[in-house]
Amino acid sequence: MSTWRTPDGGRIDRSRPLSFTFDGRRLTGFAGDTLASALLANGVHLVGRSFKYHRPRGVVGAGTEEPNAVVRIVRDSLRSTPNVRATEVELYDGLVAESQHRWPSLSFDVGAINDALSRFLPAGFYYKTFMWPRSAWHRVYEPSIRAAAGLGQVPSGPDPDRYGQRFAHCDVLVVGSGPAGLAAALAAAASGARVLVCDEQPEFGGSLLEERAATIEGQPAANWLAETLGALGRQSNVTLLPRTTAFGYFPHNLIGLNERLTDHLAAPAAGAPRERLWQVRAREVVLATGAIERPLVFPGNDRPGVMLASAARTYLNRYGVRIGSRVVIVAGCDAAYEAALDLHAAGVGIVAIADIRAAADGPAPTAARAAGLPITAQATVLGTRGRLRVRSISFGRVTADGNIRPATTVACDAVLMSGGYTPTVHLFSQSLGKLAFDAEQQVFLPRTSAQRERCAGACRGVEGLAAVLNDGGAAGSAAASAAGHAAVPMRFSAVARDASVRGTSGALRQPGDDPPSKAFVDFQNDVTTKDLSLAAREGFESIEHIKRYTTTGMASDQGKTAGMNALGIVAAGFQRPIPEVGLTTFRMPYTPVTFGAFAGYARGDLFDPVRTTPTHDWAREHGAVFEDVGLWKRARYFPRPGEDMHAAVARECRAVRGHCGIFDASTLGKIEVVGEDAATFMNRLYVNNWSGLAVGRSRYGILLRDDGFVYDDGVVARLADDRFHVTTTTGGAARVLGMMEDYLQTEWPQLEVWLTSTTEQWAVIAVQGPRARDVIGGLVSDVDLSAAAMPHMSVARGRICGVPMMLFRVSFTGELGYEINVPADYGQAVWEAVYAAGQSHKMTPYGTEAMHVLRAEKGYIIVGQETDGTATPDDVGLSWAIGTAKPDFVGKRALARPAMQAPGRKQLVGLLTQDPAIVLEEGAQVVATSGQVPPMQLIGHVTSSYASAVLGHSIALAMIADGRRRIGETLYVPMPGGDIPVTVSAPVFYDPKGARLNG
Amino acid sequence: MLLINCPYCGPRPELEFGYGGQAHIARPADPAKASADEWAAYLYLRTNTFGVRAERWRHVRGCARFFNALRDTTNDQILATYRSGEPPPAIAQRGLR
Repeated sequence: MSTWRTPDGGRIDRSRPLSFTFDGRRLTGFAGDTLASALLANGVHLVGRSFKYHRPRGVVGAGTEEPNAVVRIVRDSLRSTPNVRATEVELYDGLVAESQHRWPSLSFDVGAINDALSRFLPAGFYYKTFMWPRSAWHRVYEPSIRAAAGLGQVPSGPDPDRYGQRFAHCDVLVVGSGPAGLAAALAAAASGARVLVCDEQPEFGGSLLEERAATIEGQPAANWLAETLGALGRQSNVTLLPRTTAFGYFPHNLIGLNERLTDHLAAPAAGAPRERLWQVRAREVVLATGAIERPLVFPGNDRPGVMLASAARTYLNRYGVRIGSRVVIVAGCDAAYEAALDLHAAGVGIVAIADIRAAADGPAPTAARAAGLPITAQATVLGTRGRLRVRSISFGRVTADGNIRPATTVACDAVLMSGGYTPTVHLFSQSLGKLAFDAEQQVFLPRTSAQRERCAGACRGVEGLAAVLNDGGAAGSAAASAAGHAAVPMRFSAVARDASVRGTSGALRQPGDDPPSKAFVDFQNDVTTKDLSLAAREGFESIEHIKRYTTTGMASDQGKTAGMNALGIVAAGFQRPIPEVGLTTFRMPYTPVTFGAFAGYARGDLFDPVRTTPTHDWAREHGAVFEDVGLWKRARYFPRPGEDMHAAVARECRAVRGHCGIFDASTLGKIEVVGEDAATFMNRLYVNNWSGLAVGRSRYGILLRDDGFVYDDGVVARLADDRFHVTTTTGGAARVLGMMEDYLQTEWPQLEVWLTSTTEQWAVIAVQGPRARDVIGGLVSDVDLSAAAMPHMSVARGRICGVPMMLFRVSFTGELGYEINVPADYGQAVWEAVYAAGQSHKMTPYGTEAMHVLRAEKGYIIVGQETDGTATPDDVGLSWAIGTAKPDFVGKRALARPAMQAPGRKQLVGLLTQDPAIVLEEGAQVVATSGQVPPMQLIGHVTSSYASAVLGHSIALAMIADGRRRIGETLYVPMPGGDIPVTVSAPVFYDPKGARLNG
Repeated sequence: MLLINCPYCGPRPELEFGYGGQAHIARPADPAKASADEWAAYLYLRTNTFGVRAERWRHVRGCARFFNALRDTTNDQILATYRSGEPPPAIAQRGLR
């Protein structure tokens, strides 16, 4: 083991060494290490290349704030995860990690040429540079920029892992398990409240995990932590969720949690879910999210070996790792001295402490001075050196007259920086809580809650271990009380050095007026002081615009490290106070969440529900090609060997017209309208007159919206005086029922009517064609099928094959036809019996495609194909259906508007191509004269178009301005190959007198 | 996801509900007598309130009933829900925020 690992101490398990590789190099760590701590223990600081300039980068932090140490973790060809922060990866035996964004290798990267060219790559350079020619943006510039800029590689195959999802309710959700969170959990749990505690780390404890000297309730912090976790774990009303990030705070106290279940295991159990997405509805939330240390902004602050002081302390105290042997500390706040003292005690050489403040006399600096550590006050850093690792740092002193004294250069192998701590207010801000700038602490703190939430501890600026514990206890007790439990007040005693975390924001003072070019504000996006100054100089004033123009704080950073410094620099540039510059929005997720967790179970077959008809299996066995109609699978056509769709459809159409066909119409929406006022209700809703409809008869019904436009249609049968069986279009079933319920519940609640969807209760078997009666005659009992007893548009109850049946004589083909309704469970059996009986009559199964052709030959519209939400009944030739004597129906008032009768409305007509072989494109536009050039005078469009095998030529339906007046005229359909001449005809192409229908 | 208190079923998650637009738009009692302007107002004119607004919801994946809610459009808080046909409960208008 290397000299970087301390001989003892830390929370790692030294009895369990683990082997792992980084860029192919085999290394060793211990159980309890993160990838970052294990790399540092091996002396590896260089872990990645920066986004834009490909500068060598090292580990900066020790937690989720890490901007640089972003790696790829590879398990196998399908299980590799890019852009993972090494500081969050728990080490396991055999872990394979790779650096990203470098070629050919991490230490020699060709892309680093960008660093030398950096003065040609300022903020927004791609907007400015790649302007000409315009057409090259999409073809050349954007693809090459994206190829150069992308971070990480994703596996090319589908994700083989499973992801779970869970809903949960609790009285108090505590986010964060540091001292404030644990105290809140203890207090809330004591009251009997159901408490859920989550923390993104594998171990609970937050800052207590790196405390050495502090005591709580008279015992070492680590002991108190162990006892507290044991106590909480034993309480049945407490759930502890480690490795669980609260990533989003949504309305009405819904919090999204992402629990990682297997990523830390060397060999996850097969089939075990990798992650679990929790949607927690909490009565009360306690946010104990802590604070994150800010980097300092000075030239060369991004070299490997430059890191946050708190991170160095975490690596030492928690993981037993020394981050260097000759360390320089740049202090912007007292907390930096904690790191200095702990490292000093661990035998690490503290070469210099450069304090950027005039004076530092808190307990930590005083202790450092007493320990003889060399401190320079009023310092500023002028630069660092070292290619793949920092080798030296130069700093000077700012004199009283504002000049900078000549630089001192000190050799070192690590530089620790601390600009103060930024409260983690992401979730609070996502909850729409209002932040306020605290002039004393120079940070934004939560002020006004918008939801049932309270912040506790460092995330709301509370300093000092005892104060944080008591703040957490008070929050937990108040939350439990607000959730309806008796509050149990709780006080804690603690002794700690309590170094202040107050610091500054912005860039360190530099000689001259020009901002230095390599002083980084946002490491992840390579944004420098210079970029921010440039944006301000170019006129950007809003901090939101500056963020987008320079990309500062974007991607996974979301203000964790870059936000306050960017704000400080911009505010200084504008010479305005920070609160006047404002704050950018904190967006969810707090840290990245895999798409798999969001998708959960909704993948593959479970992505969308599938609805199948009662005869689905039969259709599949008979070779049906299916099409999706909404969620339904419908048989589109039944090809025989060697047939394409065109041939199959032609054969199916000829069979229906010549003999008979069988078709599954079960997907039609069916609604039973029942009650004393059923006829009144139907009269008010549909355009037709239902009072005159006798029991046992049916009618083609049209439903409008109150704006007068066709909404749905279907055959409506009267089964009894007080009972209507309403059919709707397949796609319209749910929305028609919704509309009916809307009028019934909110406009006419006094009507005695009940509405029931029966779509899935009935299997509907359409038997269509001149032989239809002969086919079913032998199967049906209790019904007289003769034309006299059962004419077109009649309905009868009876039995078929002994099964109770509603038999509709109805036709959507123009042929003699029946629709046999039987309970859905009997659907396939009856279908098979009918099909068997039909064999002697050349019965042919047909699908939706033939159905479409057959109905178009008859000029029957399909709502949504001929109509588009702007067609009146008259526009589509259906004004005959309107019960004009009725005082009102939905849409009647709107039909009286002058515009609804004005000339020039599009009307349904037929179009016949002069060349019978040409089938027009559906949706094609129609013009009155040939040879037009854009902009053309468009007078209508083709709505349906098919080759009609029965008629021997193509047919089309179209909506044409004043179409009925134009019958006989020649119009043109302009297409890329030239204008296609068409003749306007009536929309009924086949059997216009309807003789076959009534056979 | 909002938590909506169905007046018939109690609090349920938003995904059980359908949104139904502005509430208290009565269909004119005798449409034939409504002027074109009145009919157009009934059909199309809706407020775009920045603040508390009465709107229709339907517990479509529950009891299927329509009801009304007072929702503050500035923060998505639902201040009250009540049955169709009932007047909106008196809620102290919190003013524009």
